[in-house]
Amino acid sequence: MLRQLRGAAIGWLLPLAIIFVWEALSRFGVIRAHVLPAPSAVATAFWKLLVSGELLENIGVSTARALGGLVIGGAIGFALGLANGLSIRSRELTDTTLQMIRNVPHLALIPLVILWFGIDEEAKLFLVALGVFFPIYVNTLLGIQTVDPQLVEMAKTYGMSRLELFRRVILPGALPSIFVGLRYALGIMWLTLIVAETIAAQSGIGHMAMEAREFLMLDVVVLSILIYALLGKLADSIARLFERLSLQWHPAYQGR
Amino acid sequence: MTELTFGQGFALRDAAAVPVRTAPGLGFSFVGVEKRFGDQRVLNGIDLQVPAGQFIAIVGKSGCGKSTLLRLLAGLDQPTSGILRHDDVAAATSTRMMFQEPRLLPWARVADNVAVGLNGIASGVAARERSLRLLADVGLADRAGEWPSVLSGGQKQRVALARALVGQPRILALDEPLGALDALTRIEMQGLLERIWLSQRFTAVLVTHDVGEAVALADRVVVIKDGAIATDHAIDIPRPRRRGAPELAAFEGQILEDLLGV
Ligand SMILES: Nc1ncnc2c1ncn2[C@@H]1O[C@H](COP(=O)(O)OP(=O)(O)OP(=O)(O)O)[C@@H](O)[C@H]1O
Ligand SMILES: [Mg+2]
Repeated sequence: MLRQLRGAAIGWLLPLAIIFVWEALSRFGVIRAHVLPAPSAVATAFWKLLVSGELLENIGVSTARALGGLVIGGAIGFALGLANGLSIRSRELTDTTLQMIRNVPHLALIPLVILWFGIDEEAKLFLVALGVFFPIYVNTLLGIQTVDPQLVEMAKTYGMSRLELFRRVILPGALPSIFVGLRYALGIMWLTLIVAETIAAQSGIGHMAMEAREFLMLDVVVLSILIYALLGKLADSIARLFERLSLQWHPAYQGR
Repeated sequence: MTELTFGQGFALRDAAAVPVRTAPGLGFSFVGVEKRFGDQRVLNGIDLQVPAGQFIAIVGKSGCGKSTLLRLLAGLDQPTSGILRHDDVAAATSTRMMFQEPRLLPWARVADNVAVGLNGIASGVAARERSLRLLADVGLADRAGEWPSVLSGGQKQRVALARALVGQPRILALDEPLGALDALTRIEMQGLLERIWLSQRFTAVLVTHDVGEAVALADRVVVIKDGAIATDHAIDIPRPRRRGAPELAAFEGQILEDLLGV
């Protein structure tokens, strides 16, 4: 326990040192404030926006968009991954089409999406959902297809019904791959949201950054970037936690 | 540690509470069974009658169709022609199969893996109790709560044996279940298998590469050659059999000759 804490503490030494040096260089005028504001300026901006309530509101808006898109795109991707993993008919019918759509970079659709939805919430939800759909679809499908056929055969000799086979063998077998897809999707989720909010939004962190840029408030711009980074890290940590809890059986997660 | 306890654990239970057989072994017969894969003919008219409760071993060269025969018996495949007849048709589904690999579910604890064998037979507390009892029989009572990945190869195979037995099968098909184990663990497992068979009296069909194992365990050894049964030996030596006894060695020599000879 103590060792773990010390390990974690060591990991924070370097970032702290960098912030310290950065602050010092700013104070001595080596780094100009209009290029990169000092950490203390960013901290002040953070405090001001926090007190005014603006910051939490924007974080709330961005998080809701991110999770909304993840739930919609993730659910569709998961459902289609299951269907195509379990049914050859379904796979023959839809997989080629999906693979074709996959080759279109979803961010390239932004002009089209703005024409369709304007800069309303639907635009952001649509882009995030589209972005997270593919990693979840592809990895769910892959996970099901790579379930050990020997285990499936074993389950059949014990007379498992299709439902039981799915619940006790196929789904747990596909889970590690599904988690890989989820974590990859989380990365895409934030990336998509950053781009979408920067280009077409009237609220959210990206919008906050763009507005600050117009008024040359560099401290707020840097703050926005840091908050995106923290949100991304937080989402990944939560996913890792769920992964560790549900994959306890996996040798890779034992004894940690 | 557990390797040692299993012998004692079993000896204790053996005297006190031999599991009560509700259903003795089930007899079956293959009649003119053929199996083709494409135009490759693997089984070429198998005729084999196995009475209830017999321990039969099947030997033959690699690729001669032993696994194919067992898969037909376990209902994993259908014969191209010919029939497989069970003495009691309704009980045909009570055949259990033990594979060369343990095939345990990595995401289920050891006891839950054993309980897979009770699928459709018992569930909940009753299933748990029966699973734990079988785990004790194979000497793994203290490992019930572990993940399969921490067990040794021999222990995994013992869990697989417990899973196959927990539903009280009337036929147990074993496809080289001990092939991957080291010599010592193998002999230990053979003893365990024989003791359990003696107390439960299911019909046992053992496919093995090891002729010594076949003559040590089985009442009868059949040799498969060119997709049919070439020879059929009754091993009429009383149990307990002593490993390396001259009578066993004589059978072993004969069967090896059948296997190698032209
Ligand atoms: N599903 C299948 N499709 C095509 N050929 C098959 C199939 N299953 C088995 N065979 C062929 O049937 C033959 C017999 O296979 P089988 O697995 O029964 O041999 P075996 O006697 O068990 O061999 P071993 O002792 O090496 O396990 C082999 O030539 C194999 O290639
Ligand atoms: Mg085989």
